[in-house]
Amino acid sequence: MADLHPDNPYAKVRFPDRGKLVEFLPDAKKRFDHILTRYPTKEAALLPTLHLAQEEWGWISPEVVHYVGSLLDLSPATVFGVVSFYNMYNQKPVGKYHLQVCTNLSCMVTNAYDIYEHLCEKLGVNPGETTGDGRYTVAEVECLGSCGTAPVVQVNNDYHENMDVRKMDELLAKLK
Amino acid sequence: MQPIKVLTANIDKPNSASVETYLESGGYAAARKALGMKPDEIIQLVKDSELRGRGGAGFPTGSKWGFVPKNAPKPTWLLCNADESEPGTFKDRVIIEKDPHLLIEGMIISAFAIGSNPMSYIYIRGEFHYGAMVLEKALEEARAKGFLGKGIFGSNFDFDITVHRGAGAYICGEETGLIESLEGHRGQPRVKPPFPAVIGVFGGPTVVQNVETLACVPFIVDKGAEWFKGFGSPKNTGPKLYCVSGNVKKPGVYEFPIGVNLKELIYEHCGGITNDRKLKAVIPGGASAPMLLPHEIDLALNFDDVMKAGSMLGSAGIIVLDESVCIVDAVWRLAKFFAHESCGQCTPCREGTNWMESILDRMERGEGRQQDADLLLDMADNIGGKSLCALGDAAIGPVISSVKKFRDEYLHHVTHKSCLPGTKRYRRLDMPVAAH
Ligand SMILES: Cc1cc2nc3c(=O)[nH]c(=O)nc-3n(C[C@H](O)[C@H](O)[C@H](O)COP(=O)(O)O)c2cc1C
Ligand code: SF4
Ligand code: FES
Repeated sequence: MADLHPDNPYAKVRFPDRGKLVEFLPDAKKRFDHILTRYPTKEAALLPTLHLAQEEWGWISPEVVHYVGSLLDLSPATVFGVVSFYNMYNQKPVGKYHLQVCTNLSCMVTNAYDIYEHLCEKLGVNPGETTGDGRYTVAEVECLGSCGTAPVVQVNNDYHENMDVRKMDELLAKLK
Repeated sequence: MQPIKVLTANIDKPNSASVETYLESGGYAAARKALGMKPDEIIQLVKDSELRGRGGAGFPTGSKWGFVPKNAPKPTWLLCNADESEPGTFKDRVIIEKDPHLLIEGMIISAFAIGSNPMSYIYIRGEFHYGAMVLEKALEEARAKGFLGKGIFGSNFDFDITVHRGAGAYICGEETGLIESLEGHRGQPRVKPPFPAVIGVFGGPTVVQNVETLACVPFIVDKGAEWFKGFGSPKNTGPKLYCVSGNVKKPGVYEFPIGVNLKELIYEHCGGITNDRKLKAVIPGGASAPMLLPHEIDLALNFDDVMKAGSMLGSAGIIVLDESVCIVDAVWRLAKFFAHESCGQCTPCREGTNWMESILDRMERGEGRQQDADLLLDMADNIGGKSLCALGDAAIGPVISSVKKFRDEYLHHVTHKSCLPGTKRYRRLDMPVAAH
C-alpha cells in the first residue's frame, strides 16, 4: 500500500504491510457495525463511515473510497462524489497537525489573516500545503461557529479561541 | 432592556451539561407532562405561543407541525438542525455544549407532537467535535434514566436520538440539503414542493427544526403560551439568543426578550465599538443579511422590524464593522464564502457567486473598472430569485446593500486604485490562493 503513495510521508505508518487491501481493525469494525444499526438505509451510514475511516487512516485515499463503497454497496464513484463535496474529508494526506485558520468576516476583522499569513511564512508552505516533515498543514477555513471568540484556529479536532500571532507561536511550540 | 436567563438559565452552573444539574432545575418535567397530553394539544399550544423558527427563516413552528399528514404511508421524522454554519452565528453551540438536556427534552416533546418515532437525528456540523461528544454523553445519561428508549415516561412512546455529524458544508444547514446529506448524499437542496413536511428524509414526512427553536418548546409546555408571549411583541414572541461579534468590546451570546434594540445591544450591553472607533455598518442576521448603516440601527431586533428596515433577523448573528474596515474587502470575504459554499446545482448561483468574488477581488487589487459597481448589481439581479434554494438570495444580500450604501467607497477603489484613506484591507494580496 505504501508504495502506491510515494508522496505521503505517513503512508508506511498508516498502511503497515497488510497486503494491498485496507480494512477496518476489529475496534473500528465494531463501531462501523454500530453505525449501521442507527439508520434505516445503508447509504445513510456513508458520512459517519467516512469519518471513521478518516480517523483510522488520516485521509480518504482511493483505496478507502473502494473499501467504504464495498461495505455499503455503493459504487466508488458515488462515494468519491460525496467525499469531494465535503470540506472535512481530506483527499490527500495532511500533516500531524492540521492548522485551520478561520478567516471569515468576524475573524478577519479581528486580524485572522495575520495569523494565517504568519503560519504560511513561518512554516514555509503555501495555503493548503503540508510541511516537508509531514508535521503541519496550513489551511484557511470558513466560519467555525465561534465568532464571539474570534479569531479561531482549529487544530485537528480542537478549537483555539481568541488567538493572535503570539499565542499561535506559543501553541505551535507545543505541537511537536 | 435587561438581559434574561431563560434558555441560558443553566449555562453558568457547574456541570451544567449533566443530567443531575438539569433535573435539579426542574428538567424533564415538561416532557413528562407533554407525554400525558394529546399530540394535537401540544401543536395547538405551540401555535398559540407564536413561536417562530430560530434557524433563519422565522417560520411559525406550530403551523409547520400542522402540515405533517396524519396517515402518511412512511414514518415521520423530526430532525434537529445543529449545522450552525451561518457566519456570525454561534448560539446553538452554547445550548449544545452547556445544556444539551434542554435540547433533548425539546426533541422528545416535538417528536411526540408530530408523531416521529422511534428515531430522530441531530445533524451537527462536523467541526463541533466537542459538542458532538457532549451530546453523546447526555444521550447516554438520558437513556440510563429511561428518558429515551422504549415506552418513555411510562407511555407507549418509543423514542431515541442519534448524533449525525456533518462534514463541512454550509449548504447542509438548508433543510433539504440537510435531508439529502443525512441520506448519505451530497448536500444539494431539493426542488420544493413537495415540502419536507410531506416528503422529506427517507421518503417520510419530516420536520426540520433549529436547536434554539427546540429548546423553547419545554418552556412553552411547562409555563404555557401566554407566559411565552409575555416576551417580545405580537407575532414576535419568546426569549431569544443574540450573537454579537466583530469590532465590539464585549462580543458574545446575549439573551433578551425578542426585540432588543440593536443600538442599545451594541453600545450598552456589548460596551461599544473596539478602541472607541466609529461604527461603519452592522450585519444584523448572519452573513446573508443586508447591511445596516449607523443611522438605521435604532431598531427592535425581531423578525418583522428588521425586515421592515430592509434586512433580516436571520440567525441573529450580528456582525459589527467599525470605520477602519474597507467595505469592499469585507464584502469580498463574504462573497468568497458564498462562492465556496454554493452547491453548484444552479448555474446562476454557481457561476454568479464566483464572478462576484472575482470582481470584488479585482477592485481590491486596483484593477476595478468604472462599471464594476453596476456590474455587481446586475449580477445580483441574475442570481436573486433565479436559484433553487435561498443560498443564492443570501449571497446577494451583502453585495446589493453595500453597493447601494457605500457606492462612493466602491468608486474610490476604481479611481484611486486603493482603499479609502483610514480604512484597511486585512489580507495581503501576494498570498497564493488555495483552490476551492
Ligand atoms: C443556505 C442556508 C443555510 C442554512 N443554515 C442553517 C443552519 O446552519 N442552522 C439552522 O438551524 N438553519 C439553517 N437554515 C434554515 C433552514 O433551512 C431551516 O429553515 C431551519 O432549519 C428551520 O428550522 P426553524 O424553523 O426552527 O428555524 C439555512 C438555510 C439556508 C438557505
Ligand atoms: S441556489 Fe446555490 S446552493 Fe442553492 S441549490 Fe442552487 S446552486 Fe445550490
Ligand atoms: S467568522 Fe471565524 S468563527 Fe465565525
